[in-house]
Amino acid sequence: MSERKFKQVGTRPIRHDGLEKVTGRANFGADYSLPGMLQGAVLRSPHAHAKIVSIDTSPALEVEGVKAVISGRDFPIPTREGDRQQYGDVPDLANNVIARDKVLYHGHAVAAVAATTIEAAQRGAEKIRVEYEVLPPVLDIESAIAPDAAILHDDLVCQGPAPVPSSPTNVARRTLLSGGDIEQGFADSDVVVEREFTTPMVHQGYIEPHATVVETLENGNVTIWCCTQGPFAVRGLTASVTGIELSKIKVIPSEIGGGFGGKTTIYLEPLAVELSRRSGRPVKLVMSREEVFRATGPTSAGRVRVKMGARKDGRLVAAEVVMYYEAGAFPGSPVGAGCMCALSAYCFDHFVIDGYDVVTTKPRVAAYRAPGAPIAAFGVEQVVDEVAERLGLDPIELRLLNAVQENDVAPYGPKYQAIGFRETLEEARKHPNYSATLGPNQGRGVASGFWFNAGLQSSASVHMNEDGTAIVTTGNPDIGGSRAAQAIMVAEELGIGAEQVVPLVGDTESAGYTDLTGGSRTAYATGMAIIEASQDIVRQLRERAAKIWGVELDGVAWEDGRAVPSNGAASDVEPLNLAEIAAQMGATGGPIVAQAAVSPPMAGPGFATHLCDVEVDQETGKVTVLRYTTVQDAGKAVHPSYVEGQMQGGAAQGIGWALNEEYIFDENGVVENPGFLDYRMPVASDLPMIDTVIVEVANPLHPYGVRGVGETPIVPPLACVANAVAAATGKRFTDLPISPPRVLAAIDGD
Amino acid sequence: MAVVVFSSALAQHTGGAGRVEIEAARVADLVKALCERYPGLRGHIDKMAVAVDDEVHSDARFVRLKPDSEVHFLPRIGGG
Repeated sequence: MSERKFKQVGTRPIRHDGLEKVTGRANFGADYSLPGMLQGAVLRSPHAHAKIVSIDTSPALEVEGVKAVISGRDFPIPTREGDRQQYGDVPDLANNVIARDKVLYHGHAVAAVAATTIEAAQRGAEKIRVEYEVLPPVLDIESAIAPDAAILHDDLVCQGPAPVPSSPTNVARRTLLSGGDIEQGFADSDVVVEREFTTPMVHQGYIEPHATVVETLENGNVTIWCCTQGPFAVRGLTASVTGIELSKIKVIPSEIGGGFGGKTTIYLEPLAVELSRRSGRPVKLVMSREEVFRATGPTSAGRVRVKMGARKDGRLVAAEVVMYYEAGAFPGSPVGAGCMCALSAYCFDHFVIDGYDVVTTKPRVAAYRAPGAPIAAFGVEQVVDEVAERLGLDPIELRLLNAVQENDVAPYGPKYQAIGFRETLEEARKHPNYSATLGPNQGRGVASGFWFNAGLQSSASVHMNEDGTAIVTTGNPDIGGSRAAQAIMVAEELGIGAEQVVPLVGDTESAGYTDLTGGSRTAYATGMAIIEASQDIVRQLRERAAKIWGVELDGVAWEDGRAVPSNGAASDVEPLNLAEIAAQMGATGGPIVAQAAVSPPMAGPGFATHLCDVEVDQETGKVTVLRYTTVQDAGKAVHPSYVEGQMQGGAAQGIGWALNEEYIFDENGVVENPGFLDYRMPVASDLPMIDTVIVEVANPLHPYGVRGVGETPIVPPLACVANAVAAATGKRFTDLPISPPRVLAAIDGD
Repeated sequence: MAVVVFSSALAQHTGGAGRVEIEAARVADLVKALCERYPGLRGHIDKMAVAVDDEVHSDARFVRLKPDSEVHFLPRIGGG
């Protein structure tokens, strides 16, 4: 595994999709058009919380050019029979796609119109008459869990261990993990630090808005073009929401302009399907940036209380973490994952982790890169930092003293297999940025992070061209370099160059079932299927060479992309290269094709340690990131440039979350900053070059040792930046974002 | 016999038992046997991810158990 000498893995070939992207030729979701296609518009709720008393869609049909109008009543009543365990609750999903009886956030879809022009569709939508009974909005955790809170869902009963509310509530689930004796743990501690932290709702900020084109045929077949992280998920979920047989739906994924978890669900597709069915014409729906902010899934706002105890020698003894995460309009915040990640980097003999999933009248949250973990780490990693400070220890030294390693038990139960956390800490400590000189008003922060890597189902097919090149097809849209990594894996097994492999993203009818691109699973799980299929190709190539040479299979070995004699057989023949064998496919048995499918366990988890240097402007409160360093265990970096890109991208998003990003709601639950002008994400000029160090501790579950790398890098930055600002100012910032007004207020508090 | 280790949350349904030994060939058999012994677990553990000998499976129904296997039930994890 890790001892294997790789020839292609670890190289940095030019990305296969690069030319199309830099020349603007790549087709994204909104780039598709069909003859006779209609344009769609969605009518959205002007209220954050209201009952729908009545909807009259008929006036829209009077607008010239309008061909179809739909509302929630035009969809089947969703049932839980259609639940697909990996994608969540179908009734909630359906009610989020379009409201039936109640709107639960400002921007919730209420009706949709298809017309010959977008202007006509928008005019039609404006004509729809909706009568609402307005209800009180529920806009934060405190008001949601208050005894007199307005209840969002009359049938919502809290799940989880007692004590939980037994009557309808806005608390959907409680998650509880514990071990040891927490009271004794704190009693045994020489230092105890306790703080409460809050983080706001933030969006993934993918550059490409959601878009889809749908065509329905007379026989009921449906074709969906869309930007998504999972075409099979779109197929299954759209089938569940519309009631159309799954086999009648074909989903063709476009290139994708960022997802980060936000494109693992559906919003527009069922609406476009129903509009197309009713109009008998293709329908295109494209969200505006404002709609993306108001009506797609950001990640939770959170409230995290951390109490941590340690001995004088630096050993962490006890920790209690209580977390409330907002789920938005429907249950399903990532608080469960937050609970599992909160303390997973360190050994505690005594711990309690208590998490609550809370619904509020805000957009339903969706996955966002390591869902739940950054919020937990924002609290825990700051308290770890403060414990180190109180004990007079270097923050990396304290982490090394307590870092989990192989065979330690995770708070969620099982033991870790080989992991590389300690290695990331050692590399961070050695890095020149950790000893760089700091000036006035500057400070350095350290933080670490943990994230799982999903397994799930993957398939891949590989086939040979007559000239010896290969094509690999999977069902995973490429959101972070998976095509380049897949080509490298095929090339590694076949013994050819990565440029001789064409990696393709298939649709739901040309690729075998594959779970979505997410959960840091694609290079790991789909990679396993690709390696297995490629090894089958090599076996077939040896068989063909054996046939050409007239020897048994064991008389042929495969070396450096060539069949060579082995075991003394056919020693008088010349080696056959891949092109020579492929050219004779017809005479030796026909096309050379292979496929493989896997459903592996979750990959070994990934750990990272980050360093951040900041300077704080004492007059404006502006925080400038001077240096930022990410160190991460990738297991084995298949294409190191892409791994580094993931590390830098995660860090950049995390820095934005720390310093500037937040949904700002008014008292009625209306988002006041639904655009990139007022929702401030970092741009290139805001950030220094982010330094990267890849650590490789092989994942024993993968033939190359690969771990997922896409999510771990967003876990540490929130706390890392906060720790740096604390070092620069002497003030502990417990509420995000650490924006100039907040910093200035803290400085002026002196 | 396989050993099942329950979180504190699940132990509320087992009368406080944190570790249980149970005879089962596969995880599906183990879940069935556990739900018969502790009916309160029904509806909970059958929707969870399962760690068998430290490997975490999203859907472990047909994972075979060794006589000394250790089993944990965990919340299912998604990802972005």
